[in-house]
Amino acid sequence: MTGRVAYRNARLLDPATGLDQRGDLLTEGGRIADFGAGLFNGGVPDGIETVDLSGLCLAPGLVDMRVLIGEPGEEEKDTIKSASRAAAAGGITAMALLPNTDPVLDEVAGLEFVARRAREVKLVKVFAYGSATRGTEGKEITEMGLLAHAGAVAFTDGTKTIASAKTMRRALSYAKTFGKLIVQHPEEPSLASGGMMNSGEIATRLGLVGIPREAEIIMIERDLRLVELTGGRLHFAHVTTSESVELIRRAKARGLRVTCDTAPHYFALTEVDVGDYRTYAKVSPPLRGEMDRRAVVEGLADGTIDAIASDHVPQDQDQKRLPFAQAAPGVIGLETLLPLTLELVHKGKLPLLKALACVTVNPAAILDLPLGRIARGAAADLVAFDLDRPWQVDVSAFQSKSKNSPFEDRPVQGRPLRTIVDGRTVWAEG
Amino acid sequence: MTAPDPQDAIFPHRHLLGIEGLRAGEITRILDLADGYVEQNRRPVKKSTLLDGRTLVNLFFENSTRTRTSFELAGKRLGADVINMSSDGSSVKKGETLIDTAMTLNAMHLDALVVRHADSGAVKLLADKVNCSVINAGDGHHEHPTQALLDALAIRRRVGRLDGLIVAICGDILHSRVARSNIHLLNAMGARVRCVAPPTLLPSQIERLGVEVHHHMKEGLKDADVVMMLRLQTERMSGQYIPSTREYFYFYGLDYEKLEVAKPDAVIMHPGPMNRGVEIDSEVADDLKRSMILDQVELGVAVRMAVLDLLTRERRRAGDTQ
Repeated sequence: MTGRVAYRNARLLDPATGLDQRGDLLTEGGRIADFGAGLFNGGVPDGIETVDLSGLCLAPGLVDMRVLIGEPGEEEKDTIKSASRAAAAGGITAMALLPNTDPVLDEVAGLEFVARRAREVKLVKVFAYGSATRGTEGKEITEMGLLAHAGAVAFTDGTKTIASAKTMRRALSYAKTFGKLIVQHPEEPSLASGGMMNSGEIATRLGLVGIPREAEIIMIERDLRLVELTGGRLHFAHVTTSESVELIRRAKARGLRVTCDTAPHYFALTEVDVGDYRTYAKVSPPLRGEMDRRAVVEGLADGTIDAIASDHVPQDQDQKRLPFAQAAPGVIGLETLLPLTLELVHKGKLPLLKALACVTVNPAAILDLPLGRIARGAAADLVAFDLDRPWQVDVSAFQSKSKNSPFEDRPVQGRPLRTIVDGRTVWAEG
Repeated sequence: MTAPDPQDAIFPHRHLLGIEGLRAGEITRILDLADGYVEQNRRPVKKSTLLDGRTLVNLFFENSTRTRTSFELAGKRLGADVINMSSDGSSVKKGETLIDTAMTLNAMHLDALVVRHADSGAVKLLADKVNCSVINAGDGHHEHPTQALLDALAIRRRVGRLDGLIVAICGDILHSRVARSNIHLLNAMGARVRCVAPPTLLPSQIERLGVEVHHHMKEGLKDADVVMMLRLQTERMSGQYIPSTREYFYFYGLDYEKLEVAKPDAVIMHPGPMNRGVEIDSEVADDLKRSMILDQVELGVAVRMAVLDLLTRERRRAGDTQ
């Protein structure tokens, strides 16, 4: 029997089952063969490689459901290879790529290209969204059936809102045929256009054009009506306002098939972090105020917000070292997803397993992927991390080609030390 | 007015990027110094040698004859070599980034750089990259500090003080860097500031900057000591922020009828250039007893001389001891 690895003395964590105990885990080939306390009480048999984790946490690898990279089209920002390395270094074992590439992922050929590149790179699992509309232009829906067969995990126009109510209605209805999810960037474009940061006192002081919170709220309200009308399945990406959270909370209580995520910057930063025109804090949707930030944390705590995605959007220096109005939005996030999520645990806002669920089994379930679990026979996609280890974010050491992180120098706690995909260690510290 | 400015005192800022953050004492210091330059500018021979051999560059990414000329005169009257660069003739049009432009200029060993740019924060971005003093001559909707200083000087010379005055700033506050700089300055100096505009021309939460908000001119102008009118950028307005200039003039244009509710001796200001018959009636604009519009132009040169003087002091003193 080849490819057997015994991970000993781990704190086994599985948010799907609530498992949190000391024990060992055995992988065989690409699968989890067995796990539990006292698995190797009789000693590890010959022919099995042993890794002593010395009390480190061992959890399902992270599933990042919102990652934008530049391949194809803007390879100078990030490639499938550089992003895969960054993901592996961040404890992420599977990521879903947005279709906002050049060309847009609206054809089977585009998805096949991504799949081929991922096979060549062979680090983490790379999935891709198909665009919901051709060219993400918001007009004609794509060949969702064919794209689904070619591996599209769900459909979205990514960083662009599906703005037309008619198009959204059709996308939700049609995707239902194939049991597929639509993911929306909820922001009413006519209210947000030209905007640079959250509307309010700080934008007014800085003389920057504001984007009202209502741009997000209105779109969520509208789309919830369309979910009701069509019976489709909808996921809202990166919710940022208290009303957004409340609307989705109520929609879920009514039984609508909606889910949502947020990104670390929406619970770890606020509009104050724009400071003196820091373009690294320019994101879409914009950073909001403190009350909204707290509402996002509450939404995570009560389960209204299902997932945390990195919302990784690499931008090179040329697109950030500009006047705020001209700078491109977005932050990199693959290598800070785990520590920033754990920040919520260390601050006592979320229990550890709940926080981990937001970055493992929950996003996997939203995308219908059989991942994010520690179970016998499940894919051996795992991350070993030190929950308590303090470190300081040092972007220059990151694997991502782009360095646009607003978290530079932030003291964080918790660090991935080994990332395992299909039983294979794809990254280990040191 | 106050004690003369001690020549050796260093102004504690290298740049003038905005009024926000300046203290009342610092503002008073600029205004006091400017008073002296008003006198210099009224003499037959207006030139001094204070900035002899120093280089001032006016870098304008947005067209402006008035402000650029004012800075040019200010520099020349202090004896500096003044060079004007506008975006039309510079490499900016060829795709050079703002930071590259800054680095290029920095290599030329300037003493002061005056910058106007269409984007808020652009002047600060540039200031972070150069060794010389940078003066913001207007950045996006953010600040236009020398305009607020010259407005304050005009009021102080006419009314005698700023403290306790009721100042109504009227018109397109949303897009106005002049309004923001004036709000910060007037608040710092103890004036009561009102913003009068239709809600479509007011930025979000403007009241948090310490102003009273009014949507009707007669409420906003009531008992005002100073009425500051702002230019309406008519080309981007119609049908977007206001239905028409005709309707705007009817409700927000300054005429004698609306002015009646202000103090009898209330003065009228406008940063120029004016749209007569849009935000201000010609008769009011040309009323020599009340309009300070030409005073503002005159004092602008003096204020900019004062700012250039203060910002280059440390550099000049360092130069003297070399």
